[in-house]
Amino acid sequence: MATALTVNNPELVHVHNDHGHGDHHHKETFLTKYIFSQDHKMIAKQFLITGIIMAVIAMILSVLFRIQLAYPNTAFPFLQTLLGRFAPEGRLDPNFYLSLVTIHGTIMVFFVLTAGLSGTFSNLLIPLQLGARDMASPFLNMLSYWFFFTACIIMLSSFFVQKGPASGGWTIYPPLSALPKAMPGSEMGMTLWLTSMVLFVASQLMGGINYISTILNMRTKGMDLWKMPLTIWAFFVTAILGVLSFPVLVAGVVLLVFDRSMGTSFYLSDIVLNGSVLPNEGGSPILFEHLFWFLGHPEVYIVIMPAMGLVSEVMAVNARKPIFGYHAMVYSLIGITILSFIVWGHHMFVTGMNPFLGGVFMITTLIIAVPSAVKTFNWLATLWRGNIRFTPAMMFSIGFVSFFISGGLTGIFLGNAALDINLHDTYFVVAHFHLVMGSAAIFGMLAGVYHWFPKMFGRLMDEKLGYLHFWLTFIGAYLVFFPMHFMGLDGVPRRYYAFTEFESMKQWLSVNTFITWAAIMSALAQVAFLYNFVSSIFFGRKASQNPWNANTLEWTTPVERIHGNWPGEIPTVYRWSYDYSKPGHDQDFIPQTVPFSQTLNSNLPHDFEDDPEVEKMQTEWLKKNSPSQEVK
Amino acid sequence: MAQFVTDNKEKLNLQPQKFSMWLFIITSFMLFAAFTSGFIVYSQGSTDKGIKIILPHAFIFSTIVILLSSVTMYLAFRSAKKLQYDRQRQYLWATLGLGLAFFCLQFFAWSILVKMGVYLVNPNASQSFIYIFTGVHLVHILAGLILVISSLIGSYKNNPPVKNLFRLEMTSIFWHFVDILWIYLYVFLLLNQQ
Ligand code: HEM
Ligand SMILES: [Cu+2]
Repeated sequence: MATALTVNNPELVHVHNDHGHGDHHHKETFLTKYIFSQDHKMIAKQFLITGIIMAVIAMILSVLFRIQLAYPNTAFPFLQTLLGRFAPEGRLDPNFYLSLVTIHGTIMVFFVLTAGLSGTFSNLLIPLQLGARDMASPFLNMLSYWFFFTACIIMLSSFFVQKGPASGGWTIYPPLSALPKAMPGSEMGMTLWLTSMVLFVASQLMGGINYISTILNMRTKGMDLWKMPLTIWAFFVTAILGVLSFPVLVAGVVLLVFDRSMGTSFYLSDIVLNGSVLPNEGGSPILFEHLFWFLGHPEVYIVIMPAMGLVSEVMAVNARKPIFGYHAMVYSLIGITILSFIVWGHHMFVTGMNPFLGGVFMITTLIIAVPSAVKTFNWLATLWRGNIRFTPAMMFSIGFVSFFISGGLTGIFLGNAALDINLHDTYFVVAHFHLVMGSAAIFGMLAGVYHWFPKMFGRLMDEKLGYLHFWLTFIGAYLVFFPMHFMGLDGVPRRYYAFTEFESMKQWLSVNTFITWAAIMSALAQVAFLYNFVSSIFFGRKASQNPWNANTLEWTTPVERIHGNWPGEIPTVYRWSYDYSKPGHDQDFIPQTVPFSQTLNSNLPHDFEDDPEVEKMQTEWLKKNSPSQEVK
Repeated sequence: MAQFVTDNKEKLNLQPQKFSMWLFIITSFMLFAAFTSGFIVYSQGSTDKGIKIILPHAFIFSTIVILLSSVTMYLAFRSAKKLQYDRQRQYLWATLGLGLAFFCLQFFAWSILVKMGVYLVNPNASQSFIYIFTGVHLVHILAGLILVISSLIGSYKNNPPVKNLFRLEMTSIFWHFVDILWIYLYVFLLLNQQ
């Protein structure tokens, strides 16, 4: 068979082999099906489940340090049982407190909201919504997961080294991170952190390259860029952002590694450590901050944009309306992508940067709020007078918009170089990014899980538990993060071990106690989700092929989720994915696979993209069929 | 296990893989863009920063060598297109040899730098950056050499021409990239020397 000659990918040989029909020469074992799978749907599930496990771990870490903040002077014997030497006499060790904060941030930002979110939904939806059999390189895709998995293991293993995990904050600023003797966490813990992150970046690059390549090369017939659902647009620009910015982090880390182990002075200068003067001279920690935030800021959009895409799709489906301003949504994603490369300085306003430069970064930062606001208004307009179905996924999507607004507003304050002098490194920043990034992105991800669960597992999640989960988490998150604004305005700094040690911050203890209990409540609410998730995989209601009456291509695949996605030919796409409640049509949705020739009742002039011939046909049809009706 | 209705129209498409190679090249380029930007930010920190030396001439030789290796790589690719496998192999061996020579020349340049008193551990980290640029570039050369070797091994097996050519094309894209990358770094260093 001729195709066999050009093939160097066994997976494809199987799919396209003439003899492949019907015979089982490609037996799947447990190992190739569930572990070293190259099927994008299985890899998506691997990312999702690993992401959920990491999220639970990071959440438990946060509860541990919240206990310390609420009861700084109380001993909890169970902490010693749980943590051993890290909590002598039931009180958290201060260094371990810093480790907890650091690893919580790292896991949440990178492992859950970057890999868990993009990894799951890009893998699941890119081939399914574009009409491809699999990713451009299924092997690279598998490798991407295994690098991620190894990175997770290494990151967690740092809890088992003598001096504890890295503790310089998720931003690992030198000199703390560059000098192994600077603090306990900077020794082995920091080395593991760096190793883990290098693997993580490799995983992200492999994934990102694959996503871009698939989106640009493997769309089905008729699926031009402007017919892609917003989910795909979001994954696309996210992948571009990652591919361009993660290498910069690698550059920063390479220099950091040289400073740590070779004795170079890229970031180090004039340091006295334990009474002795270090030989390092001439370096500048600010250089690291530049390199870090050049990734770091795009990274926050790498986190939020996939969530934006998921939410746009879920909202359109459940409001039974076309997404408001499809083109504006795409252009604002592109705008955010470009702008996010020139705002990193807003994290460095107080590093003594030239005030003029600060002004430039202030302006670019405020400009990036514009495309963000465009998106927000479009979501609200999509809801406006929609035929809303309040499914759990829809609730979480609305929650996303709520968090994005309330967290985005405080960004405007922080983006002001003068105001930031007061607000930098306070709880105001913590409140800002936990609402706009943490809560919003998690809600986007949860919306995605509830919505696409049937596509992943062939069953539906329980709705009642979904609502319980939503309300407890939604209220809980606001109760946790809203009071932090006030603490920040009063100058309470982030990452401190015990505020009771400072006269001016003592009065915030009661608020801290309140926040901790709210956090514990929200953490417990996740049990509802976990139970729902696991039990629905096995016992959930069986889903139909298109449970939400949605237009996108993934719902044209069989519920059994076969290898290669479509049993026969890949469907052709004729229209965009947002023809919901189109006047004249007998149903309130028209899947992308329905040609215009079958919907002459509901076609509109702009559907034909100025193709005069088809337009004429339609006009004639209208004249013939409904003489009384005027053609618009 | 799923079965497929045969669909001959969906031919195997190698385009995405080539595209992925280009994307990888972009990520590598961003890495070096970050290093060179870091260099600029650092060196402008104060007047006693900067390279402050004349770069060793060994770098001129390594530049010539790597340019030649690009030529042989191109010739290998051309021979492969004409199905002249013997010549393809010869040119690939030449590329490999030149690549190794480049490797040695860079080490030689380092040894001259050390003799000049320009160390990696240096209070003027602008000079440390020379080692970082060349070192990280050498890692890419190493990757390129591995690709060249795999193309060579492939060319001795009786692979179908399409596969041979495709593999060689990927290798040559990457090899030309590491060549251009070196020119970029060298010019960058030259512009900043003294
Ligand atoms: C409305 C547009 C936004 C503006 C003007 C803005 C502005 C800022 C500024 C100026 C800071 C630095 C505060 C400081 O450290 O003193 C900051 C921090 C942060 N922002 Fe935003 N932001 C916006 C939206 C977002 C979005 C959409 C996300 C993520 C999805 C995000 C995530 C973060 C994070 C993670 C930090 C803290 C990083 C850290 O220091 O640990 N922001 N923001
Ligand atoms: Cu930022």
